[in-house]
Amino acid sequence: MELAPLMITLQTAGVATVATFFIGIGLALMVVRMNRFQGLADAVITLPLVLPPTVVGFFLLLLFGKRSTIGSFLLQFDITLVFTWKAAVMAAIVVSLPLMYRTARGAFEQIDVNIIHAARTLGVSDWRIFWHILLPNARAGILAGLVLSFTRALGEFGATIMFAGNIPGVTQTMSTAIYAAVQANDYDLAGQWAMIIVAFSLVFVVMMNWWINRQNKGAALWN
Amino acid sequence: MELSVDIEKKLRDFTLRADFAVKDEVFALLGASGCGKSMTLKCIAGIETPDKGRIVLNGRVLFDSEAGINLQPQARKAGYLFQNYALFPNMTIAENIAFVASGDNVEKERKVQANLARFKLTGLAQAYPHELSGGQQQRAAFARILAADAQLLLLDEPFSALDSYLKWQLEMELGDVLKEYDGAALLVSHDRGEVYRLADRIAVINRGQMEKVHSKHGLFQDPDTLAAALLTGCKNVSSIKRIAADRIFAEDWQMELQVAADIPAAAQFAGIRAHYIEVKTQVGENTVLVEVVSVVEDVFSYLVMVRKKDAGACPLRLELSKAEWLQLGNPKELYLHLPKERIMLLNP
Repeated sequence: MELAPLMITLQTAGVATVATFFIGIGLALMVVRMNRFQGLADAVITLPLVLPPTVVGFFLLLLFGKRSTIGSFLLQFDITLVFTWKAAVMAAIVVSLPLMYRTARGAFEQIDVNIIHAARTLGVSDWRIFWHILLPNARAGILAGLVLSFTRALGEFGATIMFAGNIPGVTQTMSTAIYAAVQANDYDLAGQWAMIIVAFSLVFVVMMNWWINRQNKGAALWN
Repeated sequence: MELSVDIEKKLRDFTLRADFAVKDEVFALLGASGCGKSMTLKCIAGIETPDKGRIVLNGRVLFDSEAGINLQPQARKAGYLFQNYALFPNMTIAENIAFVASGDNVEKERKVQANLARFKLTGLAQAYPHELSGGQQQRAAFARILAADAQLLLLDEPFSALDSYLKWQLEMELGDVLKEYDGAALLVSHDRGEVYRLADRIAVINRGQMEKVHSKHGLFQDPDTLAAALLTGCKNVSSIKRIAADRIFAEDWQMELQVAADIPAAAQFAGIRAHYIEVKTQVGENTVLVEVVSVVEDVFSYLVMVRKKDAGACPLRLELSKAEWLQLGNPKELYLHLPKERIMLLNP
């Protein structure tokens, strides 16, 4: 069994999750603080969660394809995205972002707004409030978002195959490898990859639950 | 410590207008919930922005709509005591204080220790906020405000969520803090007893409109508006018609009454506190025959609702000690005397 799909999947999901972490938290803070168009912004960011991944992949193709404005601009610097590893990472980011964004936003909204007001009237800068008050008090939610986005990125299929293709050794992840194996009538190989994905996802979700339970024990005492 | 406020802000149902000055004293804003009194505090602290006006604290302009000045809450040095104290839940009490104290580490540690000692919290330095009682949390919140070098205390309904026993304890502690704190403090409350016990001067806010500033004794003895009378606990009010220079007809009570002085031109209501109404045995000046509508036994007194007989009048509330009421023998009718010097004439 070739191990490349496993390595590519882990790398893609890992890099995508790091990006999703920062972008998702940033977007969550931005939307929480919006006075107008909050609903619209929320809908746009959440859309990849409810759209068929093939639609997301199709839009990514349109947006970053060689004939698009962005694609032809990048081509001047000899950068192509479509059917590369970078494209697989981008697809994973877009698809997993709503999960990070929504859980982070929920966690931030749980924080008593008076605590933030109090910190500001006591002279604490917004930057210190973010690192020392918002993040620590939202960590259970943020961690849940992190695990959910990572497992979502692990299993990403539709957008990846549209935008990054299914090139063995380059963009073939575990889930696209299963598709290729089934098409080649190799059910044993497909089954092995399926088991590995199930095992990975299970381990991560169990770890998340364990962590959140531990956090909640602390949190319950806070009240 | 000197604060002057003159601001205007459009709220959903009315426009808030606050105009007052506070100097080295405890100043209270008394108003019903939703009247704009908390909003006033939030505008001073910088959590909310007024539409126009000017706020000056110790000569520093915090807000001036004409000059385009609107300092961040961080730069205002106005300590805001929240109803729920808003301690940082992820930090110990010592960390809560150190987090907001300025200066280098030595200076921070000095401020932490000094304020812990000042509020008798030294033994709780390593405890988390959830491990503290309500009173301890309030003291910790004060310690944190003073460690941040606040020049002004803003107290937003400090006791509204507490049961009466705890409330009294915390009020006494707050009284001690205020006595020791030589700056100015602004207290916002809907509880007349609270503001009477804690504040030096009081202003009533009614649907965003700030009324005349009173000394606390003046406000309770001689409220000049209907809102002030109701907020200071007056239970009996009636609209009036002027009959003579010193005689009124109280429309709600259907009674013609003599008053002690000439009626002010703007007066449209009369009020009398329930414990000033007397029971007599015969007709006389300001004395009318009334029927008893209902009797409610309170903790230490009887609350008796009475109204003028056969006149379709609104009832008055009368408060009598238990002994006094039982001595009357639970009558169906009685003569009610409204002493003329106790009748308050009120502007709308």
